[in-house]
Order: sequence, then structure tokens, then C-alpha cells
Amino acid sequence: MHEPPPSWSLEVHAVLQRAGIRQAFYVPDAGLSQLIELLHADPAVATTVLTTEQEGVAMAAGAWLGGQRSVLLMQSSGVGNCVNMFSLLASCRFPLLAMVTMRGEWAEFNPWQVAMGMATPAVLAAMGITVLRVDAAAEAAPTVEAAAAAAFDCDQAVAVLLSQRMLGRKQWVTQ
Amino acid sequence: MDTQTSLHHANRKVMNRHDLTRRLVARLHREEAVIGGIGNTNFDLWMTGQRPQNFYMLGSMGLACPIALGVALAQPGRGVVALEGDGSLLMQLNCLATIGAIAPANLLVIVMDNACYQITGAQPTATAARADLVAIAQGAGIANSHWAADEAGFEQLVERCLAQPGPHLIAARIDSQPATGTTERDPALIRQRFMRGIAVTT
Ligand SMILES: Cc1ncc(C[n+]2csc(CCOP(=O)(O)OP(=O)(O)O)c2C)c(N)n1
Repeated sequence: MHEPPPSWSLEVHAVLQRAGIRQAFYVPDAGLSQLIELLHADPAVATTVLTTEQEGVAMAAGAWLGGQRSVLLMQSSGVGNCVNMFSLLASCRFPLLAMVTMRGEWAEFNPWQVAMGMATPAVLAAMGITVLRVDAAAEAAPTVEAAAAAAFDCDQAVAVLLSQRMLGRKQWVTQ
Repeated sequence: MDTQTSLHHANRKVMNRHDLTRRLVARLHREEAVIGGIGNTNFDLWMTGQRPQNFYMLGSMGLACPIALGVALAQPGRGVVALEGDGSLLMQLNCLATIGAIAPANLLVIVMDNACYQITGAQPTATAARADLVAIAQGAGIANSHWAADEAGFEQLVERCLAQPGPHLIAARIDSQPATGTTERDPALIRQRFMRGIAVTT
């Protein structure tokens, strides 16, 4: 809250507003904190902090069943928690718009994050989820916009991976 | 199974899932949505008649509550009921804390507690020993959580929960009978029927 939000969070929030997002679910990650604050402050969005990411997959399905679009935010380790729940998307043809902040790649300092970070794109792909990767902040908003269209107009499950390079190395130092 | 002697169940009748599900459905007069959990729970829901407002979850254990929470948030004017087995709920107990935190007024969770994983061979669950799902739900922040003492008590609880703001949880001890039939298996069709049933067009 002490620094102004980086522009990608503001731009992505604007994209989510235009896409008609009404529910947002997350397990927090530092790289997502400003977007999470913007979503909490948005009266059009019901924001739920999850206990585990897999709960968010089921809530996204429930939101769609009830007629609302949603976004699911998590860190790459959360993808590992979701694997079995992702099967719900493929079987029922539910859309999913997920944003995943990556760990275990660019300048990672924590060896414990590497294995799940490296496996994340392959795990998502194995569960039938389209993976779009963002390496530069300027690409975040257009990529999320494309992902939202594919999800909600085309019934696809899409995950946008926000790379550690884009999020910036210094953010991780305190963790 | 010696759950019969477990102290916290001393005055609670062992009922039957299909019978209780019929009693529940007979009390749904306002097109309430019902999300049936994996296995017997949704099979017996199916066997009470295929209301268009029923969603049958056939894949993974523990998803009925978070799916129902998503529906409840999307349609705050509609009552939403999650039906779950004890084994499935135990796998996703954390969802009770999320429900407790969000406190959706229109959500009712019903747990059919047969103290076993009936469908995979009736292996005992943790509720066969000491776990008390109502105490867990209360501890998770769902203050309106109750055991049904018998069939009449179950009906009263359902009526009260549908009439008053929730969230609510009702747990019932049930026998280890299998379901009375099985649900049709086309998931996309189940989803579409349900969405039409609760007036969603995409
Ligand atoms: C993640 C996962 N693990 C294991 C299974 C296998 N399985 C299917 S139903 C079931 C038992 C469910 O128990 P409960 O919810 O108590 O319902 P009951 O069979 O007693 O009616 C199990 C273990 C599964 N479907 N998903």
C-alpha cells in the first residue's frame, strides 16, 4: 500500500472489469498483492480468500453454474494443489481464467520452489489447460484479455503465467 | 461398526440417505439449487427425481461445498444446498472455514455421515472414531450447525434452515446402505441442464 501499484496490476484490473468478472478467488502471493487489493476495492467483484487453491477451481465452476465470470489467482505452487480438481473443467467443459505467479525460475533464491515451478506449465498442459506466458509487464493486460475471451467466449480453461522475470527479482528478497 | 456406541452420538438415530434426501427434496418449494457430492450422495439425489436445479458432481471428493459456495455467491436470491458424504467432506474440511468466513446467507450444507467410505468397500472414516463434523463446522465459523436427532428433527432443521439466513449445516447419521440407483454420466449435459434449471444463459 505504500508504493503506487505497478501499472500492470491497474491494467489487468481494468481488463477484468471489461470482461465482466464478478468473483475473484485467491491464495495470496506477493506478486499479486496489488491486484488483490484492487479487486477487494472493486464493488462489482465478490472476493474470496481461499484456504487452498483447489477450492478455487470448484468455486469458479460454481460461479459459472450460477451465471457469473470469475478469476482465480495463485502462485505456481498452488497449481500442484489443484491437479485433480482441474479434471472438473475438462469433464463438464467449464471455462477457467487463472493467473499464476511463477516461482522457481528467473533468479530464484529458494531451492524449495524450483521443482513445482518447473513442473507448472507441464502440469497445466497435462490437465488440458491452455498456458499463456507473460515475460514483460506491458504484455500482462493484453494476455489476460485474450485469456478471458478464450475462457468465456470459447469455454476454454486458460492459465496466464506471470513470469518471475516480469514480476521482478527484488520482490522475493523478504520471503 | 461400533459407531453406535460412540458417546457423542448417544441420542442420535441412524437414518437412511435415500429417505432423508426424499424428505429434503419434498421441502424445496422455491427452485433451490442442490449440489450433490460424489457417489452415493448424488446417486440418491438422482433417485429422488431429476429436478432441473440439481447438479451431480461425479469426479472428485469434497467439491460439493465449494461449488455450492460459488453458486450461492452468484445467485444470492436463491437457496443453495450442498449434499456431501462424511469421507468427502473430511477431504476438504477447509472449505467449512471459507464458508464460515464468507457467511453466505443462502447456503445450507447437509452431511450424510455413515462413518465410512461406503462406495469403496465401507472402510471406516475418521467419524467412526472421534471426529464430530458438527463440532468441526461450528469451530470453522458455521454457528448454525446441528445434528439431526431423527427424521422429524431433520425435517424441522431443513425447514428452519431454508427459512432463516445461513450459512447452515445439518449432519445426519445414516446407515451404510448403498444408494438406490446411479446417476447418468454425461457431465456436460448435467452442467447444461442445471444452468438452464437455474435460469443461466451463456
Ligand atoms: C480424490 C479422490 N480420492 C479417492 C476417490 C475414491 N472414492 C470415490 S468415492 C469414495 C468414498 C466417498 O466417501 P463418502 O463421501 O463418505 O461417501 P459414501 O461412499 O460413504 O457414501 C472414495 C474414497 C476419489 N473419487 N477421489
